[in-house]
Amino acid sequence: MKTMPKLAVWKFTSCDGCQLSLLDCEDELLLLAGQIDIAYFMEASSRQVDGPYDLSIVEGSITTADEAERIQKIRQQSHTLITIGACASSGGIQALRNFADVTEFTSLVYAHPEYIATLKTSSAISDHIRVDFVLQGCPINKAQLLEVISAYLNQRKPQIPAHSVCMECKLKGNICVMVAHGTPCMGPVTHAGCGAICPSYNRGCYGCYGPKENPNTASLSHWWQTELGSDNATLLENFRNMNAAAPAFATQSLTFIEKNHEEK
Amino acid sequence: MKVQNATSYILLSDKLNSLIHSLQQAGYQVIGPVIVDQTIIYDHINSADDLPQGWTDEQDKGRYRLKRRQDSAYFGFNVGPNSWKKYLQLPRRQVWNAQKTADGIHIEPVNSAITPLAFLGIRSCELHAIAIQDRVFLSGEYHNEDYKQRRQSIFTVAVNCTQAAATCFCTSMNTGPAVSLPCDLEITEIINDNEHYFLLRCGSEKGELILQQLPVTPATSEHHQQQKAAISQAEEQMSAGPRMFDSSDLQALLYRNYESPLWSDIAERCLSCANCTLVCPTCFCSSVEDTTDLSGDHAERWEQWDSCFTADFSYIHGGSVRPDTRSRYRQWMTHKLATWHEQFNTSGCVGCGRCVAWCPVGIDITEEVIRFQKADSS
Repeated sequence: MKTMPKLAVWKFTSCDGCQLSLLDCEDELLLLAGQIDIAYFMEASSRQVDGPYDLSIVEGSITTADEAERIQKIRQQSHTLITIGACASSGGIQALRNFADVTEFTSLVYAHPEYIATLKTSSAISDHIRVDFVLQGCPINKAQLLEVISAYLNQRKPQIPAHSVCMECKLKGNICVMVAHGTPCMGPVTHAGCGAICPSYNRGCYGCYGPKENPNTASLSHWWQTELGSDNATLLENFRNMNAAAPAFATQSLTFIEKNHEEK
Repeated sequence: MKVQNATSYILLSDKLNSLIHSLQQAGYQVIGPVIVDQTIIYDHINSADDLPQGWTDEQDKGRYRLKRRQDSAYFGFNVGPNSWKKYLQLPRRQVWNAQKTADGIHIEPVNSAITPLAFLGIRSCELHAIAIQDRVFLSGEYHNEDYKQRRQSIFTVAVNCTQAAATCFCTSMNTGPAVSLPCDLEITEIINDNEHYFLLRCGSEKGELILQQLPVTPATSEHHQQQKAAISQAEEQMSAGPRMFDSSDLQALLYRNYESPLWSDIAERCLSCANCTLVCPTCFCSSVEDTTDLSGDHAERWEQWDSCFTADFSYIHGGSVRPDTRSRYRQWMTHKLATWHEQFNTSGCVGCGRCVAWCPVGIDITEEVIRFQKADSS
């Protein structure tokens, strides 16, 4: 009998939704358990097998000094390491703190802010360690996660295209909500993977999969403003959500802050 | 009645169902224009009731809207985001299945059953687009068998355009608005003060067989006059519009301007989102994806539409050949209008205007051509 590779699933600052995508696999979960030894996955089982691990899946962002240290140890114990979700790939919704003063936040939220030890920023896992593959999405698509694991097990390239959501719309036969309805849509700058869920229901994409490769956020923003009548606040909301700290979205959102200042 | 080739006949508009039913009787699934999500697309139709009667489309750069017409025309619109390509070169199809067994790997091709389709309402520019795809998929040494079988089984009912959308420029590309390539049946819809009828002409034996079953009467010279005037109207609308340009020298123009600063200017606006290529009726690029299941015992190969606007498309060992938008747009436009001639002995553009309307930020290939022409001559 061949020895099965050892899998570990790690959580950092996150909502657990992406780990749930793995549990949500249901039908494939048994098949997966037959191909890989699920050695550490606290969300699923209290069984904890010590490292090293062949494959580590990391969810969440780095928001504390302890997390910054822990991710180093995980890297040292992992042969291959992939990150899943918007938190791990760009800092997540909690990276909104990167644009503000976190001390002010804690003083407003907690009765005893002196007990809160947190970093000024929420950062992507790849800002701290070398990452072998980044799977974007908030939450990730479970079929894509299985594809990545399957590619790892079979030593091949994962079929996870970095192109726009528009490609998914066109392959599905969706009507473009921007052109036909005048609905602002983030699809042209957003990474594919969700299967174009929102445009399939006649809503604009809100960019939960983060930037696609080579995104032209400035041109899309310009069209929203000049042709679709979007204001700065709408644009800011769309670029500052779960992928706010992804470099392409962060840079673009700062231009709206500057414009707001100019207008005032 | 016994019909003759090259003679035109009149079918009254309230008898349009006879055409659809005859095609169905002949074993075709009829595909035609229908309204979905406030847009005219191509889909299955059962009767004339499914057609977008009394509707038209208002199109501009990055904009498409449906509007009510004053009359009850069935084909009183131009082209939408769909092209017939989706029925001939499928957006996504499985090529093969592979299974690992004790005595090796077995590959089984996937051959899906092909239903003969009748395309009702194909425009002249679209006939030209299919002819271009024929050269890509059916000429030369390597054929696409799937395309070939689908292509062989279609029946074409072409419609002469009697109006042009603002985005249409077939007159610049010499592909319309009058039907100028063979089809099985050619129709022109005429509406005047007291009549609403279709002028029909068959262009093949298959077409003749269908035409014979229809309640038609021979056309008179007056009917032909009305047809001529209706098509002229579309021509005039395009001639008077901003998208008229001389397409005779585009190859040399684009080769001379390979390093033009205009490419960078376009790249500032282009989203590299691939919409233009996916709505284009001639863009033929696809990629094949091989995947395995978790066990590794089963593998599949899928073919799907791809685009020169993605990084993966030009990825070779070491990286993407065209990492930036400037080089991707230049590749697309230069291929479409120039190198296509060398490769396939035709332009790759039919002037349908889909890439103009369906670009989310309204980049207009005709406007860009004219800018190159102006910059080149100054």
